[in-house]
Amino acid sequence: MIGRMLVRLGRAVLPALMLCGATTATLQAAEPVKIGSFLAVTGGASFLGDPEKKTLEMYVDAINADGGINGQPVELILYDSGTSAKQALTFVKRLIEQDEVDVIVGGTTSGETMAVIREVEKAGVPFISLAGAGVIIDPVKKWVFKTPHTDRLAVQKIFDDMKARGLTQVALLSGSGGFDKSCRKNAQELAPEMGMTIVADESHGKGDTDMTPQLTKIKNTDGVQAFLYCGFGAPTSIVAKNVSQIGLTVPHYQTQGSASMKFIQGADGAAEGARLPVAALLVVDQLPDDHPQKQVATAYRDAYEKKYGESVSAFGGHAYDGLYIVAQAMERAGGTDKETVRTEIENTKNFIGADGVFNMSATDHLGLDTRSFVMVEVKDGNWKLLQ
Amino acid sequence: MAGKPLFLQWLLISVLAEFLQFLFSGVTIGATYALVGLGFAIIYNASHVINFAQGEFVMISGMSTVSLLAVGMPLPVALLLAVGITVVVGVALEKFAVEPARNASVVTLIIITIGASIFLRGAAEVIWGRDFHSVPAFSGSEPIIIGGAALLPQSLWVIGATVVVIIALRWFFGRTRTGKAMLATSYNPLVARLMGINTRFILSLSFGLAAMLGALAGILIAPISLTYPSVGVMLGLKGFCAAILGGLGNPMGAILGGLIVGVSEAMTAGYISSAYKDAVAFVIILVVLVMIPNGLFGVKGTERV
Repeated sequence: MIGRMLVRLGRAVLPALMLCGATTATLQAAEPVKIGSFLAVTGGASFLGDPEKKTLEMYVDAINADGGINGQPVELILYDSGTSAKQALTFVKRLIEQDEVDVIVGGTTSGETMAVIREVEKAGVPFISLAGAGVIIDPVKKWVFKTPHTDRLAVQKIFDDMKARGLTQVALLSGSGGFDKSCRKNAQELAPEMGMTIVADESHGKGDTDMTPQLTKIKNTDGVQAFLYCGFGAPTSIVAKNVSQIGLTVPHYQTQGSASMKFIQGADGAAEGARLPVAALLVVDQLPDDHPQKQVATAYRDAYEKKYGESVSAFGGHAYDGLYIVAQAMERAGGTDKETVRTEIENTKNFIGADGVFNMSATDHLGLDTRSFVMVEVKDGNWKLLQ
Repeated sequence: MAGKPLFLQWLLISVLAEFLQFLFSGVTIGATYALVGLGFAIIYNASHVINFAQGEFVMISGMSTVSLLAVGMPLPVALLLAVGITVVVGVALEKFAVEPARNASVVTLIIITIGASIFLRGAAEVIWGRDFHSVPAFSGSEPIIIGGAALLPQSLWVIGATVVVIIALRWFFGRTRTGKAMLATSYNPLVARLMGINTRFILSLSFGLAAMLGALAGILIAPISLTYPSVGVMLGLKGFCAAILGGLGNPMGAILGGLIVGVSEAMTAGYISSAYKDAVAFVIILVVLVMIPNGLFGVKGTERV
């Protein structure tokens, strides 16, 4: 009687015991890789931070479904900085000290990124920023990397295109925002290096509604061969309209700041013929099949649009690149040791991402060149890829 | 020999064309500033409050037009409704934010309007998003060439509507009982009340009227400036400058002030340097205010103008 009961008990308990053992075993093997992030999900830059958050969440799930990194699951610890540099710093301290993350991928705006660099450098945590400004990686900082193209690359791409058309005398118009000023500064610095001359340099104020006086001045300047507008938002369309209003007929260039359908719609037909550099992601369907980014960009766009039902933006692409550069560096490092992972991020070679093909080095913590941009021309109310 | 007069003639024509282009730009922008400035003047008259949500009226009418067009309404209907919506917002602002605090000091009321402007801007971002939108021009966007300078038909709408508003306001304040009651309230609210004028109604009316003028500016300028939640910030500020320059509380002064600011901006951008454009406008205002503290057409005390 007692024997039978024992056998029964054994039958019931043993599998349970075995199960316990098995669970402990997997837990030990799979201490999670902690990826920390702080993004401007709300606030002024939410239109950048929101797609970044969605992208990180989607691909962390995808990596986990694929068995994680080096067999370890990935845990994403994400804070919303509310587009505040102060908040960003608080959250980075928390990520480093409390959450003890292995790596940080985040920092939507340049302001937030610059605010946390000192803390990150002090703690020695690899950090991939998703913000635009060139100053983040120039001069090179040991632990800081970034994925978005810089404004400088965009201006370089524009000047390359002008030179290919034999245009060397440029008239410049810029707004008063941070993006506008940085673009103007880059144009002024790059022009002599690339054999270009800036023959007119006009500006307009914040919230201005009419730029015809500046454009009339440009039109009446001798020797203007091409026109470049450095700006962002509604003025991009206003400038396009004013250009056609006063009959300024020289080739018209704008920057990646105008890479939105709103620019074309707002200009009401006047944007036709304008050229600008954009991320390949924006014209993925027009890319030739042998373009290195075609596959990656198509897959990212399709996955994002299927999951979230909204059109993909270049901003989410920065987060995609940041996450996968880290994931691959950790796989090469075979673990999460910060120093080794940092070195492996720096060794990123031929990584094909949404922003371009990355080749990082000890002196280049971005690793993109002008090939990461493609030139497009506005044609029939849409982007037309230029070969 | 024959080349010289021809060259001079060409020079004259091109100089004239350039000047006209700057003038067109300045007058169009100036007329918008004037309409916004008028709103400041009217509310100031009725209550001595400077309504810093005036620029938001410009934005609300523009954004409403975009939405109404998106649901398929014809342009004229959408424009009228957009003005109507803005007037409702203006009156609601007075009823729910300014009137409950009517016994507070003027400074408190001004701070309330600043709060209201931030609230309205935030609400617009929630309702319409942060993107910018375009509104089609009322009668095409093919420029009219006058003396070698290109003028947009929309500019004629802006200037024409401003003229109509000036005439209508003169009639309203000079010929109607309500308009005269508003003037009476601005000179002396207490005596006006003793004379049987409903000053609370006058206050609501002034906000409604100011909202209507802001809305008019909004729908007229939207095809030129496009529209977005923060479009009213700078327009409001420049309109305020126009009102100050003309002498706060004097509607005709606000119109002249708007034109002076607009034309001087355009001329500076064209002839001196676009970098100093805003600075020159503000310097003119400073100089005028130092020399004539009440503005060009300022009201001194309770003197009738």
